[in-house]
Amino acid sequence: MTLLKNTLSAVAVLSIMGAAVSAEPADDTLILNEETEMVTKTAAPSHLSDALDEIYSGWLFRGTETRAMQADDFDNPGMIFVEQAEEVWNTPEGSEGKSCASCHGATDSMAGVRAVYPKWNEATGEVRTLEMQVNDCRENQMGAEKYGYTSGDMTNMVALISSVSRGLPINVAIDGPVAETWEKGKELYYTRTGQLELSCANCHEDSYGMMIRADHLSQGQINGFPVYRLKNTKLNSVHARFKGCVRDTRAETYNPGSPEFVALELYVASRGNGLSVEGPSIRN
Amino acid sequence: MASGAKPRVKVPKTAAAGDTITIKTLISHKMESGQRKDKEGNAIPRSIINRFTCDFNGENVIDVAMEPAISTNPFFEFEALVPEAGEFKFTWYDDDGSVYEESKTIAMA
Repeated sequence: MTLLKNTLSAVAVLSIMGAAVSAEPADDTLILNEETEMVTKTAAPSHLSDALDEIYSGWLFRGTETRAMQADDFDNPGMIFVEQAEEVWNTPEGSEGKSCASCHGATDSMAGVRAVYPKWNEATGEVRTLEMQVNDCRENQMGAEKYGYTSGDMTNMVALISSVSRGLPINVAIDGPVAETWEKGKELYYTRTGQLELSCANCHEDSYGMMIRADHLSQGQINGFPVYRLKNTKLNSVHARFKGCVRDTRAETYNPGSPEFVALELYVASRGNGLSVEGPSIRN
Repeated sequence: MASGAKPRVKVPKTAAAGDTITIKTLISHKMESGQRKDKEGNAIPRSIINRFTCDFNGENVIDVAMEPAISTNPFFEFEALVPEAGEFKFTWYDDDGSVYEESKTIAMA
């Protein structure tokens, strides 16, 4: 009897584990507004060839309804925030009496910008994220107050700049002057943190496609940022997401805008080289 | 007027007589439920859009009563039968008395 009991419980354990096996990314094509076909799946960039064969946008790991929502700008709640930022773009602010439009003209002129950030800035000798560039413009060109790094105003503005690059492939440089920062980002990506001792790679490289409780683990690509999350009904920035992930390993996190997160953003962005810019995308 | 309320509507530009078309509407609005409290513990007064209507050439297509549990930026998608060319009128009624209006014309294909 005891033997039978043991066998039965062993079977029960096995079947529970059986339910936790991987679920593949969706077999689906993202066509934006019935005209722009997006790359959500492509060959991994060469620097990743040891780790991954293919890279997948997080869009492929979300449910049918969420995927459909992102395919049409009218259905995409993230576009409300893009429209708000469009107004800010055209509104003069600060001591110089200039708006973004005073120098840059229409937002279309920003096409391609999001795809290459984070990027080396020669004048200051640093790697800059789009957020840092926006604040540099506000401080030094407009004479306006800086935005908080993950504030709503900032994230909406980044979403506006990103929205005009949708469909273009992510193409951040990883060599030359940024090489050192990129290496630092790579090290952070593979470093285990927190009481759970998890690195980015443990979930997003080793285990993507698996279910982590009710959530479908993605590759952690950031081509869709800023992301409209259904859980908090606003746009979320890359660094806010990094902070959430590191916190979930039960670690003290780095600060948004810190050199560590800038390096990590550069590295993670480079893992998505070849995927289409999707921001503002929709995730759970 | 509640700040930032901005209506958006998507209607096909043309349709054949007798066609059923899909209409999508969205209005940006904070839809404050009246249930929340501010930092001092005082209730934040309710401020929602309580009614939404759509009319086609004077005839009512849809009339919706809205309640506080409806989320921020309410989105409606519905179908309408188009017998002739004409104009869809959309109206949202705010708790504070404001009325937001939008209209779209549709031609016969």
